[in-house]
Amino acid sequence: MEFLRRALNPWGEDVPIGVSWDLIWAAVIIGAVFVVVHALMVPKKVATGEIDESEAKGLPEKLQRHTVGARGFHWSMSVTMFALLITAFFPVIGIQFPWVTIHWIAGVLLILTVIYHIYHVFAKQDFWTMWIDRRDVEEGKLGLKAALGQSDAERPRAGKYPVDQKMFHHVAMIATLGAVVTGILMMFRIDNFLLPMNTYMFSDATWGWIYVIHGVCGIGLIFLVIAHVYFAIRPEKRWMTWSMINGWIDRDRYLENHDPARWTVDGSSQTAEAEGD
Amino acid sequence: MAVIRDMIAPFELYQPAGVDDAVRLMDQYGDEGWVLAGGLDTFDWFKDRIKRPAAVIDLAAVDEIRGIAEGGDGGLDIGAMTSLTAVAEHADVQSRYPLLAEAAGLVATPQIRNQGTLGGNIVQDTRCWYYRSGWPCYRAGGNICYASTRRAMNREHCIMGADRCVAVNPSDTAPALVALDAEMVVASSSGERTYAAADFFVGPDIDIERMTVLEPGDLLTRIVLPAPREGARWYFEKIRDRKSWDFSLVTVASMLQVQGGVIQDARVVVNSIAPYPVRMGAVEAAIRGREPSEETGQMAGEIAVEGARALRHNDYKIALTRNLVKRSIRDAA
Ligand SMILES: Cc1cc2nc3c(=O)[nH]c(=O)nc-3n(C[C@H](O)[C@H](O)[C@H](O)COP(=O)(O)OP(=O)(O)OC[C@H]3O[C@@H](n4cnc5c(N)ncnc54)[C@H](O)[C@@H]3O)c2cc1C
Ligand code: HEM
Ligand code: HEM
Ligand code: SF4
Repeated sequence: MEFLRRALNPWGEDVPIGVSWDLIWAAVIIGAVFVVVHALMVPKKVATGEIDESEAKGLPEKLQRHTVGARGFHWSMSVTMFALLITAFFPVIGIQFPWVTIHWIAGVLLILTVIYHIYHVFAKQDFWTMWIDRRDVEEGKLGLKAALGQSDAERPRAGKYPVDQKMFHHVAMIATLGAVVTGILMMFRIDNFLLPMNTYMFSDATWGWIYVIHGVCGIGLIFLVIAHVYFAIRPEKRWMTWSMINGWIDRDRYLENHDPARWTVDGSSQTAEAEGD
Repeated sequence: MAVIRDMIAPFELYQPAGVDDAVRLMDQYGDEGWVLAGGLDTFDWFKDRIKRPAAVIDLAAVDEIRGIAEGGDGGLDIGAMTSLTAVAEHADVQSRYPLLAEAAGLVATPQIRNQGTLGGNIVQDTRCWYYRSGWPCYRAGGNICYASTRRAMNREHCIMGADRCVAVNPSDTAPALVALDAEMVVASSSGERTYAAADFFVGPDIDIERMTVLEPGDLLTRIVLPAPREGARWYFEKIRDRKSWDFSLVTVASMLQVQGGVIQDARVVVNSIAPYPVRMGAVEAAIRGREPSEETGQMAGEIAVEGARALRHNDYKIALTRNLVKRSIRDAA
């Protein structure tokens, strides 16, 4: 299997022109295998229902997990991401339609969404909720052992985001930023009303690598989205998925899965230290 | 520009004697196979060693798709391997489809028309020289268009229908067949399909590497002309750099159904201004119910170039299109 598409440019230089489309199938197959193996190997965690009543004191029934803004960001990101993946890859696998204009406009919307998200994260100061620290590493190790049946120890409760979700976030962020940065440059190659055409801004080889990076990030996102949507629809994660729709989780879920000391929801312990402080 | 080398890269040569055999071979080789008709487009690519198929399937002996026969419903059936000369000189084509006879008769030179086939003329690739020099542009699977940059030589390129690629469809018979509402019959290992001529051509927005719907393994077998319309008027004009022979700069083909001095129905098609023959739907709608006069022609010309965008060296095509469309309505006879 080849990893790159290459060509001889007019000066006879062998330059990359993009990533090999075989990798699309590699990403789909790896995604499918991941889902099947995970679904078969990892037992659904049954809710124990055991919560520390003392922690529940003073907490309302429903606790806000995602603000309207955060949910808006997530779904706008999701819609643009699907639009980008479909417009990018369907034509390659034979479902042809005029894709370029929809693709770059979806790309611009994604960029606006991401800018809003970054602003929101810094303005609301919840930057640290995604940060991976020592406790997350510990949580991850124990969680993995428990999942593989090598340990009876309970997986410790997480902060706002469990460590696996943080890892997804960071990898998806890198892939998305990679596609965004290269996508902006690729806008100079096509006719659009936002940026002037400037085909010869870089050498052929540099352009080639830009296309390769765009393709690698895009194909990476195929896998990431498969895995992400799979987790979102797993039964034991549905309460979290609902929170991405209606914004809240119930108190029991909160206490069962989250450490109030690491994730302080309004109305929870007054003394708990906010994560990362 | 292009360095023509006389030695063609080696390939397996097949000379099937029937459509079934041809299709089976084409299926077997997929995108490694190449259909050879008259060779006038084909041998350019081969001699430049830009296209190097593993197998060439020569249709010269497939007699069942050569020749012109009476079709069903009073139409005409033209085999894809019929030479352009045969099309241009056929008595029925001349009397019933003079638009097509004219178009075929204006292709290149007598020698080329003797050798070139109607099928090959329709399916032929674009003449964009960056592409034909073997440069790795979008159409060749790359990631750049050399013809749309600021310093590019693009006098012959398109003024509409571009999507990264700005090449044009060079065929003279294609716009005539779209105007005549012909059907293209395509055979492949999965059976036979038929396309309206207007749907047979593909723009780069849909597929930047193809000019037509044909995929590897697809063989154009016949072109079916519907019965000529009573009292139809037609117009064909090809503008080229040299009168002796040359590819078209802009070509117009139109068919008007005029009754009581009023246009009842129209098909107006312009080629070499886009990567596919452009059927001017807005023009057709606007001229229906009007007299084929100077005034209607003028209006049609203006509508025809709405949204047209010139590249650096081809704004003359906008004026040319405007005028040709005008004439094609005013002067249709
Ligand atoms: C000097 C020169 C000047 C020309 N000027 C003009 C002009 O003014 N106007 C004009 O319209 N044309 C012009 N042409 C094009 C020429 O008229 C031919 O029509 C054209 O090159 C292809 O026809 P062909 O029969 O030679 O096909 P080929 O060259 O053998 O084939 C052309 C392409 O079509 C494919 N193909 C052919 N037949 C079929 C089929 N039945 N099914 C599926 N695929 C098929 C081939 O695989 C190939 O890709 C010119 C060509 C030359 C060399
Ligand atoms: C994040 C998800 C994205 C994915 C999965 C994705 C995927 C792709 C793919 C596979 C291609 C084809 C590249 C090639 O032919 O080698 C492409 C082209 C393109 N992308 Fe994206 N992309 C994404 C985001 C973006 C963004 C954010 C932009 C910019 C705003 C963008 C702009 C473009 C442009 C302009 C092209 C066309 C380039 C050309 O054909 O020359 N993309 N994209
Ligand atoms: C059907 C599609 C999708 C569903 C059902 C879905 C569901 C979810 C859920 C349940 C969460 C966790 C919420 C929580 O922690 O409470 C989440 C978070 C997240 N999702 Fe999605 N998602 C989808 C598509 C996408 C896509 C396409 C992307 C982009 C690659 C994406 C990026 C993210 C990110 C970055 C987070 C973490 C940040 C945050 O919580 O705001 N999602 N998603
Ligand atoms: S116009 Fe089309 S064929 Fe010509 S260089 Fe550009 S992409 Fe290639």
